[in-house]
Amino acid sequence: MNAIHGRTISVPKPQKQSGWKRFRKNFRVHKYYYLLMLPGIIALLVFRYVPMAGIVIAFKNFRIADGIFGSEWVGLKWFEMLFSNAEFTNVLFNTIYISILKIVFSFPAPILLALMINEVGHLKYKKVVQTTVYLPHFISWVVVGGIMMTILSPSVGVLSLFGAAKNPLLEPANFRWLVVISDIWKEAGWGTVVYLAAITSISPDLYEAATVDGATRFQKIWNITLPAISGTIAIMLILRTGSILSAGFDQMYVLQTPATMDVGDVLDTFVYRYGLAQGRFSYAAAAGLFQSVVGLILVSISNFVTAKMGQDGIW
Amino acid sequence: MKVKKGVGERLFEMVNAFILAVLSLVMLYPFWHELCLSFSSATEATRGGVFLLPREFTMQAYQLVTKNAFIWTSYANSIYTAVLTTGIGVLLTAMLAYGLSKKQVAGHRFLSFAVVFCMIFNGGLIPTYLTVKGLNLIDNLWALILMAIVTPYNTIIVKNFFSAMPSELEEAAFIDGAGPLRIFFQIIMPLSKAVLATVGLWIAVASWNNFMGPLIYMNSRENFTLPLYIRQVIDGQMLARTTGEGAQSAVESVIGATIIISVAPILCVYPFLQKYFVKGVMIGSVKG
Repeated sequence: MNAIHGRTISVPKPQKQSGWKRFRKNFRVHKYYYLLMLPGIIALLVFRYVPMAGIVIAFKNFRIADGIFGSEWVGLKWFEMLFSNAEFTNVLFNTIYISILKIVFSFPAPILLALMINEVGHLKYKKVVQTTVYLPHFISWVVVGGIMMTILSPSVGVLSLFGAAKNPLLEPANFRWLVVISDIWKEAGWGTVVYLAAITSISPDLYEAATVDGATRFQKIWNITLPAISGTIAIMLILRTGSILSAGFDQMYVLQTPATMDVGDVLDTFVYRYGLAQGRFSYAAAAGLFQSVVGLILVSISNFVTAKMGQDGIW
Repeated sequence: MKVKKGVGERLFEMVNAFILAVLSLVMLYPFWHELCLSFSSATEATRGGVFLLPREFTMQAYQLVTKNAFIWTSYANSIYTAVLTTGIGVLLTAMLAYGLSKKQVAGHRFLSFAVVFCMIFNGGLIPTYLTVKGLNLIDNLWALILMAIVTPYNTIIVKNFFSAMPSELEEAAFIDGAGPLRIFFQIIMPLSKAVLATVGLWIAVASWNNFMGPLIYMNSRENFTLPLYIRQVIDGQMLARTTGEGAQSAVESVIGATIIISVAPILCVYPFLQKYFVKGVMIGSVKG
């Protein structure tokens, strides 16, 4: 048919050519691959990379009428304002606090759950458990928020059985814990998928040999299963550390109430409130940029550290 | 070789199975609770004590909820957005991933890095909002669609799958005179149904549950999607409860009915499609 547009038959030693020339030749030969990639690249360019360029407004006094390029430069004004604002530092504290709680409690939950699911011998039962625990992941936070309000309600919820007087979701003292617990409830089950996938690649011989040597279940989990999934754990942890400054917009926005704003306002909701509800674009963009940059730095550091520790990183 | 299980082993399995059963109940019960409330009469639902079965069984709450035209508008918008995002998204993700998986394409390494980079750094909410605004897509469902069609994570999953495919098939087709486009659409795509189905389901669920997107980009009620509508109902009912108004509008049962109606599609198809959700993670793995 159109055999002319094929791949290159690999030339053993390409003659010395300039990089640009080589690229042009490669482009001509592989133009159909580029054609296939084009729409996806455009989508990423427009919705991921153009906004990255739009970050400059964090250093400008952006006004819609002036446009991004027409607005005047103001240097670090917005950052100075942010860090001298007690509300922002409180928001920053909340964000880090909630993130650390999540890393300490929500992060290990799926690992533990995966180990437990893996130990179930009865295949049908295992499938039923898996299907059930994955379910909440597929429900939106709006719905989960509504469900939580109901189930924790002192008048109709489960807590009414214990005579609770107030919805704990509305009490600042409990709020952060409920954020963590609901995060575990919603995501721990689905989080097991990655670990269970890693576990399936462990050779059964290892377990058999250990059984012959008289190892107990716990010894097998500790000495075979856990080391085998440590690489996966490392990657997941790297990705997780990058989002230490984003506590999850949907969850926080949905669970927040005026009563819990003090302990529950986080960077994502702060940016939304100032930027979109109040229209202070540059101010909010500065807060958002701070969030993104810290995330990038943290991912890089933890990637570097895990690489040093002998694990594969993410790049 | 089968080693007989000792008492300790059996005890371990029983305790493990029991804990998992309890956890499963914890995952399911809140949905059941909402279901019971939604089928209970307004007074009973609000009075409390409905835990295991509906009391004074009635469909009133559902009649009330479905009478509102906006729930159907939101439903239609959600379906429209989810279907288009999934259809276009799967196609574009596969096309991009296929190109990235070709080692002979100059720049495939750079482009792959550019894709991964989007996962670890982003412009943030405000610049993204201004971009969408600049494209004149505010209050347009296409904003939600176009933003969600290609995600870095999905692209990498599919790319890993393509990279692991044996190249003999393509070579044979190439010798038979098929071009890259023909090979992609007629050989690669059909062979990748499993991974594409997984990615498609992920896109569909993400679109169905997307709350932040519509909250930010949709203004008029005609363009609300389901999550936004639910939020409004819950807020409205909460307000009604605190002000003591609309006592007979059945706060708890209305919220329950709205929630049940919105999760029903997911609850119905989920058990049958669950294996596809998982499969993609198995084939693609998280490794970039």
